[in-house]
Amino acid sequence: MVTKEYRTVKEIIGPLMLIEGVEGITYGELTDIRLDDGTMRRGRVLEVHKDKAVVQVFEGTSGLAPQGVTVKFLGKGVELGVSGDILGRVFDGFGRPIDDGPPIIPEKWLNINGNPMNPYSRDYPNEFIQTGISTIDLLNPLVRGQKLPFFSGSGLPHSRMAAQVARQARVLKTGEKFAVIFATMGITFEEAEFFINDFRRTGALERAVLFINLADDPAIERIAVPRMALTVAEFLAYEKDMHVLVILTDLTNYCEALREISAARKEVPGRRGYPGYLYTDLSTIYERAGRIKGKMGSITQLPVLTMPEDDKTHPIPDLTGYITEGQIILSRSLHAQGIYPPVDVLPSLSRLKDKGIGVGKTREDHANVMNQLYAAYARGKNAKELAVVLGESALSEIDLLYVKFADAFEDRFIRQGEDENRSIEDSLRIGWELLGLLPKSELKRVRPEFIEKYYPENK
Amino acid sequence: MSTNNKGEVVKVSGPLVVARGLAGARMYEMVRVGEAKLFGEIIEIRGDEYSIQVYEETEGIGPGQPVFRTGEALSVELGPGLIRSIYDGVQRPLDKIAAQYGEYIVRGAESPSLDRSMIWKFEPVAKIGDHVTAGDILGTVRETKLVVHKILVPNGVEGTVKKISSVEGNVDTVIAVIETDKGPRELTMVQRWPVRQPRPVAKKLPPLEPLTTGQRVLDMFFPMTKGGTACVPGPFGSGKTVVQHQLAKWANANIVVYVGCGERGNEMTDVLMEFPELKDPESGEPLMERTVLIANTSNMPVAAREASVFTGITIAEYFRDMGYSVALMADSTSRWAEAMREMSGRLEEMPGEEGYPAYLGTRIASFYERSGNVICMGSDKRNGTLSLIGAVSPPGGDFSEPVVQATLRVVKVFWGLDDKLAFARHFPAINWLTSYSLYQEVVDKYANDHYNPKWSEVRRRAMAILQREAELEELVRLVGMDALPADDRLLMQAAKMIREDFLHQNAFDELDTYTSMVKQFHLLSTILHYYDEVRPALQKGVPLSKLLTLPVLEEISKAKLIPENKLEQFDELRNKVSEQVKALLA
Ligand SMILES: Nc1ncnc2c1ncn2[C@@H]1O[C@H](COP(=O)(O)OP(=O)(O)OP(=O)(O)O)[C@@H](O)[C@H]1O
Ligand SMILES: [Mg+2]
Repeated sequence: MVTKEYRTVKEIIGPLMLIEGVEGITYGELTDIRLDDGTMRRGRVLEVHKDKAVVQVFEGTSGLAPQGVTVKFLGKGVELGVSGDILGRVFDGFGRPIDDGPPIIPEKWLNINGNPMNPYSRDYPNEFIQTGISTIDLLNPLVRGQKLPFFSGSGLPHSRMAAQVARQARVLKTGEKFAVIFATMGITFEEAEFFINDFRRTGALERAVLFINLADDPAIERIAVPRMALTVAEFLAYEKDMHVLVILTDLTNYCEALREISAARKEVPGRRGYPGYLYTDLSTIYERAGRIKGKMGSITQLPVLTMPEDDKTHPIPDLTGYITEGQIILSRSLHAQGIYPPVDVLPSLSRLKDKGIGVGKTREDHANVMNQLYAAYARGKNAKELAVVLGESALSEIDLLYVKFADAFEDRFIRQGEDENRSIEDSLRIGWELLGLLPKSELKRVRPEFIEKYYPENK
Repeated sequence: MSTNNKGEVVKVSGPLVVARGLAGARMYEMVRVGEAKLFGEIIEIRGDEYSIQVYEETEGIGPGQPVFRTGEALSVELGPGLIRSIYDGVQRPLDKIAAQYGEYIVRGAESPSLDRSMIWKFEPVAKIGDHVTAGDILGTVRETKLVVHKILVPNGVEGTVKKISSVEGNVDTVIAVIETDKGPRELTMVQRWPVRQPRPVAKKLPPLEPLTTGQRVLDMFFPMTKGGTACVPGPFGSGKTVVQHQLAKWANANIVVYVGCGERGNEMTDVLMEFPELKDPESGEPLMERTVLIANTSNMPVAAREASVFTGITIAEYFRDMGYSVALMADSTSRWAEAMREMSGRLEEMPGEEGYPAYLGTRIASFYERSGNVICMGSDKRNGTLSLIGAVSPPGGDFSEPVVQATLRVVKVFWGLDDKLAFARHFPAINWLTSYSLYQEVVDKYANDHYNPKWSEVRRRAMAILQREAELEELVRLVGMDALPADDRLLMQAAKMIREDFLHQNAFDELDTYTSMVKQFHLLSTILHYYDEVRPALQKGVPLSKLLTLPVLEEISKAKLIPENKLEQFDELRNKVSEQVKALLA
C-alpha cells in the first residue's frame, strides 16, 4: 500500500491530533509522526470522517506544534514483530527493545488487537497451578487459562505477591515449557526494578518477556502495553506450545489513559468519568486468557489493579470483576497487622476452582477442607465482631474456640514467607492442623472418611 | 424515487460507519461494508447520510470504500437444524466458522446458519386440497430426540395445498406447493424472519402454569410462569450466571434458548461441554437436544451483541409458534444495554440517564413484551409459551441504576442476588426478603391443585418465619442470642433450618442441583413439622436445649439429598420427629 504523508495538522487536543485533507485513510491505521527536530512519535487513527482523521498520539502531544509535524499513514494497524528469540528480552511500552540485546528479527508481524477467540474453540481451564501461596492454592485455586486479578490498594504488597507467584508457579506435572510475560503500566521505577531484579536473581528472566511503561513514560502508550504483551503471549502459547503466565500491572493506570482519550474526544462519560465502553474495552484484554482445543499452550492472566480508596465498587475493580474468573482481594487491615500475603480470604474467589481440584489433580479432601476452613474462618471473624460489641463474656464456649481458630488461621495459614513455597500438601497439612483446633463434630463440611483419615489426633 | 444499490463510506468511528448514496435503503436494512464486505445494519438515516452499525471489527475501513445494499432487514433463518446449534449474535454458526476459519473469529467469516448438509425427513400433516393459512402445520421433522420440528405455513401465505408428500432432503427441499391468489408457491423447510419484528400471535393470554426450575428458593417462594418474565440482578460473582445455567438445565420447558450476551467465553464453553452430558429429568435425554445457544461474548463485536438478544428471541418465538413452551435466558441484559449506549453515543444522540439512550426503557420493555402465553397463529389454536429471564449486572451492585430500574418496571419476577449472601457462601444468593414474584397467586392455585393442597399454606408460613427472623436478628445483634425468649429461639432455629436445609442449594452437587416440586414440598413441610412439634413441647416444659439439639435435626439437614424416587423417606422422617419429641415429653 502507498503510504501517505501530510503536514496538515489542524488541532491538537489532549492526546489527540486532527489532520485535514487526508485521503484513503482507514480506521485503526498506524501513523508515524515526525517532528521537525527529527524525533518520532507513533499514533493510531481513532476516527476518520471524509478528509479528516483523528489520531491518538501514544507518546502524548506535549511539545507538538501543528505546523511542525509530518504525519505519515502506514496503511496497517499497530503491529508487533514476534519471534521465539523474544524470551529474556525487555521492551518499552511500544515494543521497542530497551535492554542491550540485538534487534528482534521477527518471524511474523501480528496486529496487537488480536481477534476474538471463537467460544466454540475454547477448552475449559481445569489444570491446577500451584503458586506456593496457601490462600491461593487451597482456598482460591488458580487454573491454567484463567484470569484471576489481584484487587489491591496503594501501598499494599501486590508487587511482591505477583513476583512470588511468577517465581513459584508450576503445574504438578513436569517437562512442560512455560514463560512469564510481565507488562507494566505507569508503575514506579522502583517497583519495576524490584521485578526485574527479582527475575534476574532467580534466573526467571531467561523465560520472561518484559514490557515496561513507567510512571513518567507516556500515558497513552499504556493503551498499547497489555495488547503488546498478550500478542506475544498468544504467539508463545499457541505457536510455540508454551504455558504463559501474563502479569499486568497496574490496570488502574491503563483505565486512566483510556479516560483521558475519552475526555479529549468529548464522549458522554459513564460512571466517574470513565467511558461507557470501559467494560468492553477491558474484556478485549482479559478475554485473551484461555486455552484452545487441540493446542498445547495456555494463557493465564494475573492482572493487578489498585482500587481507588480501597473501594471495590469503583468502576475499575467493578468492571474487572464482571469479566475475570474471580478475584484475590488484598486487605489493608491484615497488612497493618504485619501479615504477608495479606489476602482477604472471605471476599476473594476463584470461580474455576471446582474444575481444577480433587482426586488426581490435588487431593481428594481439597474441596471439603477449603469449604470448612472458609466457613470456620467466617464464623470466627463474626464471633470476634460480636465480642467487640458485647464483650468476650457474651461468647459461647464454642464461639471462643472459633475466635482462637480465626487468629491461628491468620497467623499460620494466611501468613507465610515471601520465599516460602508451600506445596499443596503443605497447605492441606496446615489446614488440617487448624481444623484440629475444632472438635470433629464441628466439621460439617468434611466427609467422615476424610476426618477419619486426616484429622490430627494427638494435639 | 431513485434507488441505489451501492454507496460510499464517509466516516468510521469504531463500530459506527456513516455512508452516502444509499438512496432507497430503509431503517434496519442489512448492508455489506467496505472491500472486506463486513456485515452491518442501518440504524439511522439523515438526509443522504446512513449510519450503519457494523457487526465486525472495522479496522481498515475508510472513506471512499464501497457499501453494498442487501435489500433485506437483519433476519434469521428458521428451520430444522437450529437445535444444538451455537450461533454468534447475527446467527453465524460458530462451530462451522471454527472449522472453516480456525480458532479466532476473523472478519468476513461466513457460513449458512442452517447446515445444508443435514438431511431431514419431512412427514406431511396437511393433505392435498387442505386450505391453509399462516401458522398452520404443514408437516413435521424429527429434529432431535426431544424435538419434533413443525414446519409452519409462513406469514403472508394462504391457499390450497396442491402438492405435499413425505420427502427427505436438506432444508432447501421443497416440501409443499400452495396454490395462492398470486399463483402457486413452493415452500421449503426454511423461512426467514426479521429479528426486530415480533412474530405475530393470534391472541395473548395471562400466564397460568408455573415454569418449574428445580431450584427450591425460586419454585417455592418466587415462582416463575410459562410465558412470564423474570430478572436476576446482582453484583459480580453473586451467582447470576449459575442461576441462568440452572434454569437452562432444569426448567420444564420444551425448548431453551440461551443467549450469552457480552459475557465470558469460558461460560459458553462450560455449557457446550456440560449440556451434552446432562440428562433432562423427564425424558432422560441429553439437555443439548432441546437447546439453542447464542454466544456473543464480551470481546466479540459490540454491535452484534446488540443484535444477539433479538436473534435469540426470534428463534424462541419460532418454536413457541409450533406450540411449545420455550424459555429464553439472556446473560446479561446490561451488556446489551451497554451496547445500545455505545452505539447511541457514537450517533451523538442526546443521552438520558448515565449516558444510556433515552429510549432504553422502551427497548427493554419491548423485549420483555415478546414473552407470553399465547394462542399461536394457525387454525388449530394451539397454545405456546415464551418465558424470558434476563440477568442484570448493575455497576457496583447498585440496583438504583437505569437498567435495573427499567427492567423492574416491566418484569413480574424479581430474583435479587445479594453479595453478602454470596460472601457467606449461601447459594443461590437470592435475597428472600427483597425478592418477589407477581405470579405467586397463580402458581399457588396451580400448586395446590397439582402438587399438594397445603402448598400455599406451607409457603406462607415458612416465609413468615424468615421475615420474623430478620426482625429478631436486629435484636440479637444488640443483646445476644441468649437474651431471646425461648419461643423466639425456636423460631430462630426453624428459620435457620429453612435457610440452610431448604434455601441453600448447591448447583454443583449431583443430587442437590435439582429438586422436584413434590420433594420441595416434602422438605419444607418436614421443617415446619419440626417447628409445630417443638413449640407445644416447650410450653409443656421440655427444656429448650433438648429441643434445639434433637438428634433428628442431623437427618433433616441431609434430607435434601433424599433421592427423588424415595420420597416416602420424608414420612419416616416426620414420624421420627414426632417420636423424638414425644420421648422428651414422657
Ligand atoms: N447455586 C450455587 N451453588 C454453588 N455455588 C454457586 C451457586 N451460585 C453461585 N455459586 C458460586 O458463585 C460463583 C459466581 O457465580 P456466577 O458466575 O453465577 O456469578 P455472576 O453473578 O454471574 O457474576 P458476573 O456478573 O461476574 O458474571 C460461582 O463460580 C460459584 O462458585
Ligand atoms: Mg455471570
